[in-house]
Order: sequence, then C-alpha cells, then structure tokens
Amino acid sequence: MIQTIAFYLFAVLVIASAVMVITARNPVHSVLWLILAFFNAAGLMVLVGAEFIAMLLVIVYVGAVAVLFLFVVMMLDIDVAALRAGFVRNFPLGLVIALVLLAELVLGIGAYRAGEIALGTPVAGAAQPVVASNTAAIGALLYSEYLFLFEAAGIILLVAMIGAIVLTHRPPKTQRGHQNISKQNQRRPEDATVMRQPTVGEGVEL
Amino acid sequence: MGYANSLYLTSAEIGLSITGLVLLLVTAWTGRGAARIITIAAAAALFGALVFTAFMMDDTMRGLAGYAFGDLFRVDAFSSLSKILIYIATIACLVLTPHYFDRRGEYRGEYPVLMLFSAVGMGMMVSATNLMTLYIGLEMSSLASYVLASFARSDSRSSEAGLKYFVLGGLASGIILYGISLVYGFSGTTSYDGIRLAFDTQFNTGAVFGVVFVLAGVAFKVAAVPFHMWTPDVYEGAPTPVTTFFASAPKVAAVAMLVRLAFEPFGGQSGSWQQIVIFAALASIVVGALGAIGQQNLKRLLAYSSINNVGFILIGLAAATPQGASAVLVYLAIYVFMTLGSFAALLILRDPEGDKLTSFADIAGLATRSPALAWCLLALMFSLAGIPPLFGFWGKFVVFQAAVQADMLALAAIGIAASVIGAFYYIKFVKVMFFDEPGEVRSFSAPVGHWAVLALSVLVVSPLGYLLTPWLGRMADAAGLTLFAIP
Repeated sequence: MIQTIAFYLFAVLVIASAVMVITARNPVHSVLWLILAFFNAAGLMVLVGAEFIAMLLVIVYVGAVAVLFLFVVMMLDIDVAALRAGFVRNFPLGLVIALVLLAELVLGIGAYRAGEIALGTPVAGAAQPVVASNTAAIGALLYSEYLFLFEAAGIILLVAMIGAIVLTHRPPKTQRGHQNISKQNQRRPEDATVMRQPTVGEGVEL
Repeated sequence: MGYANSLYLTSAEIGLSITGLVLLLVTAWTGRGAARIITIAAAAALFGALVFTAFMMDDTMRGLAGYAFGDLFRVDAFSSLSKILIYIATIACLVLTPHYFDRRGEYRGEYPVLMLFSAVGMGMMVSATNLMTLYIGLEMSSLASYVLASFARSDSRSSEAGLKYFVLGGLASGIILYGISLVYGFSGTTSYDGIRLAFDTQFNTGAVFGVVFVLAGVAFKVAAVPFHMWTPDVYEGAPTPVTTFFASAPKVAAVAMLVRLAFEPFGGQSGSWQQIVIFAALASIVVGALGAIGQQNLKRLLAYSSINNVGFILIGLAAATPQGASAVLVYLAIYVFMTLGSFAALLILRDPEGDKLTSFADIAGLATRSPALAWCLLALMFSLAGIPPLFGFWGKFVVFQAAVQADMLALAAIGIAASVIGAFYYIKFVKVMFFDEPGEVRSFSAPVGHWAVLALSVLVVSPLGYLLTPWLGRMADAAGLTLFAIP
C-alpha cells in the first residue's frame, strides 16, 4: 500500500516538475525544478529496488550535473537584483518544495523498508531479476560481459574532454584579457594625458 | 570463443584506440610542430586497420565470421566491407586536411586523434549487434564530429556549424535513445537477435513507436528528408576538409548501421518500416534535387547532392531484400569516391593568397584556366548525375534493379524521374566551367596529396571503374546475404 502511494507521488511529481522545467521563465527556477525531477526519479528507482541507480541519480545528476547547470545559468545575463527581490515572494513556494522533499524522503525510506513494488510481468523474454545486491550485480556485469562497452564509454568521455580543451584552450600569447601588471605600473599620467588651455569660443583639437 | 577471439575480432578498433591514445600523449608534449607527423602516423594506423579488415573480409567471405564479447559486436562480410569504405574515406580526409589549416596556423595534433576516435566509433556502429554498442559507437563518432566541425575557431561560421550540429545531433541522439528504451521495454532485450525473436512473437503499437523513433533518429544522422535541415548549414560552415569527412565516412557508417538495424532486429517487421523508408527515399531525392537548383555556394550544393544520394541509397533499403542490401553497399562505395573527388577538387580551388573559392562565379571558365581540374570535375559531376559511361550510373542501376525485383516499380519510376531533375544542377556545374566567360585569371597551387585523391576518385568513377564491378558485386552480395542469414 505504502509503495503504491509513494509510486504515484513520485511519478506525479516527476511529471509535474518536468513540465515546470520547460515552462518556468526564470532559468534558475528551471534548474531547481530539474533537481526536483531528478530527486523524484531517484525515488522511483528506490521503489523498484534499484538503490544503486537511485544513489547515482542523486550524486551524479543532482550533485554534479545540476549544480554545473546552475553555474552556467548564473553566468548568463540575468538581472540578479530582480531575482533577489523575488526571494521573499518565492519563499513560501521554496518552503513547500522543501517540505514535499522531506515527506518524500520519509515515504521513500518507508516504502523501501516495506519491500519492492510488484512490477507488471514483462512482455517477452525479459532479463532475469538479479538476486545479488544490485551494486555487485552491475559491477560484475560491467567488468565482464560489458567490458568492451565500458571501455568505449571511457573513450567517449576522453573525446569530450579533448573537445572541450581543443575548443577553449588558447596558447598564452593570443589569450584575450591578458594582464601585464608591470606594463600597467610603468605607465605614467604624462604618457596618456595632455593639458590644454582652450580660449573661450574655440574648441580643442585632439 | 573466449576473450582471445573477441580481442582478435575487435583488434582494428582496439589498435586504432591505442594509437589514438599514444598520439594524444605525443601531441600534448610536442605541441603544434608535430601535427603533420601525427597526421601521417594516424593515416598509417588507419591503413593498418584497413589491411587487417581486408584480410578479415577475406575470412568472412569464407564463413569465418563471429560475435565478439557475447552478442555485442559482430564481424561479418557486411561490417568488414563498410569498415573498408570508412577507413579509405578517413585516410583520404586526413590527406586533404593539413594544407587547409596551414595558412591560419590552426592545425593541431588533436585533429587526427579525433578522426581516429571517430573511426573507432564508426567501426562500432557498423559492427553493432546490440543497441548499446550502436549507441556508444554513434556517440563516439558524433562527439568527435561536433568538435571537428568547429575546429577553425577564428571562423565564426565554423563555430556556428559546430553548435548547430551539436544541438541537433544531441536531439537526434535523444530520439534514438528514447526509441531504444521503448524497444527494450517491449522486447526485454537489447540484443538484435533477441529483439527479432521477441518481435516475431509479439509486435504491438508501443514497439512500433520504438522502431519509428529509432529509425527517425538514424534518419537524422544520415540526413534523410524530413530530417535534413541541418545538412546545408553544417556543410557550408564547417571547414571544407571536415565537410568532406561528414559527407563520406560518417554517412557510410550511419547508412550501414541503418541497414543492419532494419534487416536484423526489425527485419521480421519490414512491413512496419518500409513505408517510412520509401517516403524518406522519395522525399530525399526530390528535396535534394530541387533544393540544389538555387544554390550559389558549391558546398551547399554538394550538401543537397548528398541528401539526394541518400535518397537513392534508401531505395535499396526499401526493397528489403538481400539484393537491396547489396545495392546499398555498391552505391555507398561509388558515392564515397564521388564525394571525395568533388571535395578534393573544391579544396584545390583556392587562389595563391589561400582564399577558398566556393561559389559558381569562382569556377566560371575553369576549363580555360585549369583544364585538368575542369575535366576531373566534369567526370565527377556526370557520374553524380548518373550518366551512363561513368561508374555513378552503375550505382543507380543496381539500386533501381533491386527495387524492380522487389516489385516496387512505382518507387523506381519516380526515383528515375527525379534523378533527371537532379541532373540539371550537375550539368549546370559543367556548363559554368566550360561555357561561361572566365573571371579573373588565377593560378591554383595544391599539394600532391589533393591531386592524388582527386585522380584516384576520377579513376574509380571513370568507365575503368566497371572493372571493379565483379569484385565489388561479389563482396556486396556476400555482405547483403549475411544480414539475412537468420541464426
């Protein structure tokens, strides 16, 4: 019973927050909704007994990816003062979301203690349920049966890294915004400014 | 079986990956000076992989094919032939590259390294017999392509092309992944054989959605209408050697992947995807032909030409017979050489100051300024148009023959009619070169490598190419049959 309630709660909230991700006008809000969506997806994973994937979702997606998004979004040109002004107005909403998250945590842990949710029977020839703890099972599969794909995925990450460096790294000389402090200090007012005594009614020739 | 055999079957991919990693270290410590040497080393590694795959082709023709790593990866005549084409195209692109970037001093050792990883990904795509291998191979080759598209950083259009390709490519990957998740959900497995078995027993609406999503995503990757919008922009903006690469090797890989996907896991359900492929084929031919007519930029024109060619390739796929699969491979082989030749010619077209000449005005009267180049382009254009003495005709012929044998007379008839429209702009190309008044007199200077690629391509598309038909046909037939050999 508790699992069913938890399932519907998580499922509804995933969909609702996913809708909010794309409808929120403020990009920072979008990212926060995204975090809520990830949290609820993690809750769903806990319900089916895949606690390892649930933790991955929380650690990788909420912890790293979403925070990275938040940084990127904050670098965009957003009026911070307007955001701050909205803090008090948005506070009740934030509080509600925090309470919902808390309730979900309690419910999720309760549901996890109560055992796995009964899944529908798969259509045909589905993968056998794994008996061992699923962290161990994933590890065993990843390093034996799917070793080739695991290594290939590593190369994909390497390619992404090479790409990021190739596209952003510039050799020091052509670096934009390079500051030469001694050159700045050597500069005297006489080098850059001129005193003029213009007579009345005449302009200054520059 | 065991690991030793798996490692043997994947040694082309493993060798290329290790070479890529070593060259990456070398380029990190030597800087720009060694970029050319790294290019040569990468080309040598690809040549090694090519020779190995050619031997493998010989083995697989004698029935020594096999799965590697369980059911993840399959080496058979089909994958070997596709890989041979991919490696040839990648080597040619590496030959064409350094000279282009030299003037701006933007060439770096990472370029050949990314090409190597892209080749690894493409090899995985054509050998994939599991949706996970397919996706990982696709991402590896696509990610490298996004970076290559924006490699000329000082050129804003190159950055634009890279960003556009990245965003739209990411969307397509998402669509494929969504389709894969539906297919997995309804069949309970990601292995091609397993999916085929599961779909044979039960194929419901949800599974149809999965198949359609996967095919739509792959259609985006091969730039088939209606998922072709990105092609002209990306092809125009990306540096020309990168465009050459996009139009050749990844296209072969994506088409081969699509063919295997359609015939192996979804082969039992050909009725459900055939109409989609027929529509995409005809739409690609028509849009490719009509869209090219108004183009002034030669790279955009060749982009539409590639859309048009994908349409003809898909006709072979729509036939859903071993002859169709074989026709697709024959067409791909000829298409690769026509594309490499056309782009090599475009790369030779630059004035001594290093400015690239890419509009119709620049090739006006080319026949008087550089007769050799003009005659080479004439052969390539007539071949692309499918005019009989040239080899391009043979590709179109086998494709239409496969369609007719599969009782798709209407499809073949419309295709032939539309190819006549397409012939218009190829012939316009020739007309501008031979009959228009030459503009200012320019001399062209290009390294030997460019002329070598051009000469080789022209040799293949010339009537001499027909000497290859028995050999190519035999390999393609063997490759087509392997897809229909149900285990």
